[in-house]
Amino acid sequence: MIDGLHQRIRALHVTLWTLIVPPATWASHFLFSYLWAAVHCAKTGHFADEPAVFWTGTGLAAIVIVASGWIALVQARKPGDHPPHNEGTEIDRLRFLAYATLLLAGLSVVGVAFTALPVLFIDNCR
Amino acid sequence: MALALSGCNRRQSTFATFGEEAAAIDHLALVMTIGAVAVAIGVAALMIWAMRARPGALSLRGGERLILIAGGLLPVLLLLVLLGYSLPVMRPRAVAPADMRIDVTGEQFWWRVGYAPPGGNPVTTANEIRVPVGRTVLFRLRGADVIHSFWIPGLAGKMDMIPGRTNELVVRAVRPGLFRGQCTEFCGLSHALMAFDVVAMEPDAFERWLASQRQPAAATAPATAHVGAALFSRYGCGGCHTVRGTGQDGAIGPDLTHVGGRRTIAAGALPNGEEAIAHFIRYPARTKPGVRMPAFPHMSEADAHAIARYLGDLR
Ligand code: HEC
Ligand SMILES: [Cu+2]
Repeated sequence: MIDGLHQRIRALHVTLWTLIVPPATWASHFLFSYLWAAVHCAKTGHFADEPAVFWTGTGLAAIVIVASGWIALVQARKPGDHPPHNEGTEIDRLRFLAYATLLLAGLSVVGVAFTALPVLFIDNCR
Repeated sequence: MALALSGCNRRQSTFATFGEEAAAIDHLALVMTIGAVAVAIGVAALMIWAMRARPGALSLRGGERLILIAGGLLPVLLLLVLLGYSLPVMRPRAVAPADMRIDVTGEQFWWRVGYAPPGGNPVTTANEIRVPVGRTVLFRLRGADVIHSFWIPGLAGKMDMIPGRTNELVVRAVRPGLFRGQCTEFCGLSHALMAFDVVAMEPDAFERWLASQRQPAAATAPATAHVGAALFSRYGCGGCHTVRGTGQDGAIGPDLTHVGGRRTIAAGALPNGEEAIAHFIRYPARTKPGVRMPAFPHMSEADAHAIARYLGDLR
């Protein structure tokens, strides 16, 4: 089954748009965190005892990033064209974009985690 | 260096702390600086090594591993540790309903101060803040006209005072003494002259002081003995200033009920004294450009001094 999935993933058409999925998710999560804290504090006047909504959103962001990172990993491992060739090929392009996406996914996971830490450590509206 | 810097100014310095919050910030700055210096030295060492290494000193794999570890994992771990250390420091201490609340409003270019002790009547003063040592105090900070920023470097971090909002700052002083705070958000011509004295006192002394501030001026100074009181009323000072117990109840400028007991006048701009007050009330803009108090150039020198003596007696 995983093999079939790998096949399907490798056949995906990769563009610059897929590359920005992890950082865009990170950015959305960042905005979400601020909005969530601001709205919650303004409405209830104190910090949430059980920030379920926040952790759901954070989990969702993590899933999206990890999934796109995994897809990128599979694509980056696609075997290259046999030599000799003098110019970049379609597969080179795919592997390059996939590798860049993978690195960005790594960065974005760390970003989301660091953004979420204050909820754990500060949990305060002041 | 911290010692050298704090040697310059023990009254208003982030290095000469008298509150737990500022002490935590001081400590945090030290840890962060050590961390930053360690990283800088590490990076510089790597760079020197890279410049001196002969070509091929690292295999392709080895190079990739170096980048992954030194460029990825190590920074993430290091930042995680520093973040894990700094975030709890940023967490404000808890406030109990029985804790002292002090309302401070930043106005161009002075501070309106109100003490709201739990279970007691509120007390209004200005341009001087006193806090009890060893007690948690909640500052409720507001802006009246433009954005100001409230900072007592020795006590805690700074907090903006924004019109239409109430920002809260929780502090605990640990050492009695005389300190200083300053507005730290540019708010107009006399922004730099918008400061205040801070007095940290033992709780008993603080309670006594607060009780005396609650008294109307009439109870402490025999208003009748002063021509100054009559002049104060005649020049219309009461349209803007309150002197409790005398019928003067303007609320535009600082409460002057106990102005004689402050160390400075005009938000730290001048040392308190007859000469300074007499000068300030005639030409306030000479001391503070853009000040919101009108000049009284027609006031005679003698009248100014009479008023100043009267105000000086309001302790
Ligand atoms: C239009 C309102 C207004 C009138 C009238 C006015 N003042 Fe003021 N006064 C202010 C304001 C505003 C300040 C704060 C100035 C600052 O420090 O920026 C002030 C500050 C002061 C201070 C310094 C207070 C402190 O806490 O250090 C004194 C003393 C003072 N006024 C005395 C007088 C006297 C005496 C008169 C009458 C001759 C007078 N004022 C009339 C508005 C007024
Ligand atoms: Cu200001």
